[in-house]
Amino acid sequence: MNIVVLVKQVPDSGSERKLDPADNTVARASADNVINEMDEYAIEEALLVRDREGGEVTVLTVGPDSATDAIRKALSMGADKAVHVSDPAIHGSCAVQTSAVIAAALSQLEYDLVLCGAEATDAQLSVMPALLAERLGIPQLSGARKLTVEGGTAKVERQTDGGYWALEAPLPAIVSTWDTINEPRYPSFKGIMAAKKKPVETKTLADLGIDPSTVGLASATSQVLDFAGRPPKGEGVKVPDEGDGAQKLVEYLASQKIV
Amino acid sequence: MAEVLVLAELNPAGDGVRKTTLEALTAARALGEPSAVVLGAPGTAASVRNQLAEYGAATVYVAEAPEVDEYLVAPKAEVLAQLVQEKSPAAVVIPSSPEGKEIAGRLAIKTNSGFLTDVTEIAADGTATQVAFAGATIVHSKVTTGTPIYTLRGNSVTPEPAPAAGTEQPVAVSLSDQAKQVRVVERVVEQKSTRPELTEAAIVVSGGRGVASAENFSIIEALADSLGAAVGASRAAVDSGFYPHTFQVGQTGKTVSPQLYIAVGISGAIQHRAGMQTSKTIVAINKDPEAPIFELADFGVVGDLNTVVPAATEQITARKG
Repeated sequence: MNIVVLVKQVPDSGSERKLDPADNTVARASADNVINEMDEYAIEEALLVRDREGGEVTVLTVGPDSATDAIRKALSMGADKAVHVSDPAIHGSCAVQTSAVIAAALSQLEYDLVLCGAEATDAQLSVMPALLAERLGIPQLSGARKLTVEGGTAKVERQTDGGYWALEAPLPAIVSTWDTINEPRYPSFKGIMAAKKKPVETKTLADLGIDPSTVGLASATSQVLDFAGRPPKGEGVKVPDEGDGAQKLVEYLASQKIV
Repeated sequence: MAEVLVLAELNPAGDGVRKTTLEALTAARALGEPSAVVLGAPGTAASVRNQLAEYGAATVYVAEAPEVDEYLVAPKAEVLAQLVQEKSPAAVVIPSSPEGKEIAGRLAIKTNSGFLTDVTEIAADGTATQVAFAGATIVHSKVTTGTPIYTLRGNSVTPEPAPAAGTEQPVAVSLSDQAKQVRVVERVVEQKSTRPELTEAAIVVSGGRGVASAENFSIIEALADSLGAAVGASRAAVDSGFYPHTFQVGQTGKTVSPQLYIAVGISGAIQHRAGMQTSKTIVAINKDPEAPIFELADFGVVGDLNTVVPAATEQITARKG
């Protein structure tokens, strides 16, 4: 079972995140960059499937050179090798363009299963499995809280409001995972040391046979026109509860015509 | 007037369309004349046509076949792409559910178009407003390739009736094998709730770590029920096992934008703000006067939630008498 896990490096959602006023793209250089949290669940799931079924786990990332940190994290958790697509022409690409790059990179790999996080905490589109499934003609099993693979079939419980949908599709397939699916392992010291020796292949757009003019900010399918910080809220009212907290609260709700 | 396709999202329970559909019809009117698209099993459109007409659908395209619901997402994208090719609409507006976003993405690839997700507003010139980075940044964007495709975030637009003809027009459904790869074997409802759906609710009452136990979430539920509200939970509360993940508000959970958001025992970490910062009015109850949630709150009570919340519930219930 050959598994590819898609990994994205994102600005830490716990720190201040910004757009770059120079070109309205995510300010990655100044950010505290980390592996997308949801991807750790996809990596863990890949390792669990590999350990049951055998085979290899390959990490695939598209991103600037600094994204190697995210790759190392995945390798230190136990993935076997990595492919890093890095090319300055990719900067500013929209999701549609990025999916073309990832699809081209996947086409050069052998895979039975592609795993990724159900959303990236920076853009929060949650569409990459759909875009890749569309481009590659493979089944999309997105939003999984449970995955089983047996006899060339993938079965997924797709998390929904108040329950799940049971999905079934033949392999190869792409599966995205929520944080309800497992508990990702912490890299061990041994894992961290071993990761340093694992192969990381770097590819450019030329290696993937992609014309650089079809990706990047200038030819993106959508453009950010402008952005601004949310206007600060007016100073709110804060009252200590001196036995009358509930009453004051209800009076406030009444003043807002809510009760 | 230019035609704008609006994908109808149906209530899973089978009673009419979701409120997000009426919001999408309302938002689409900025761009042209909305036509609704109903995709589902045979018999789906009959019960929703009047509602769609009332909210401005001049035409209701009806594509009904069992396969549309038997397979995940891809059939809907395929039928919609066929309609886009035939009708050359000015834009496509889709309610922003997980499925809606996936349909939008596949449609973008099929029609060589750009798409924008979770927009909160669409202007007449096609410029969309989006909220980024935990609600801290407001972005204006435009699709520059093909037919603009938008997914509209729930509760961003107030649905307004605008009666139109709602003329039914059947659409033949003939799906490729590629659209029939992922079978939906079963749809399982685990938590049946009489409360409003979290992302659609006008009022949301959420509990955090401060609620301290699963049992104690009953006081959150009681306050919610007194207000006809949905119940939410912070990630800390969910991770502690106090409340199911389905109800998580924030990064890695739901994004809500109700008229009133009441945060109880929630400190207000940036990951939680991501899911509720755009709420119209925010009320916080927390025993820590320094909790960051108070920076967002229009009204805050510094006190013990175990006394304040039940007392407030009692007074609200008494008022409603």
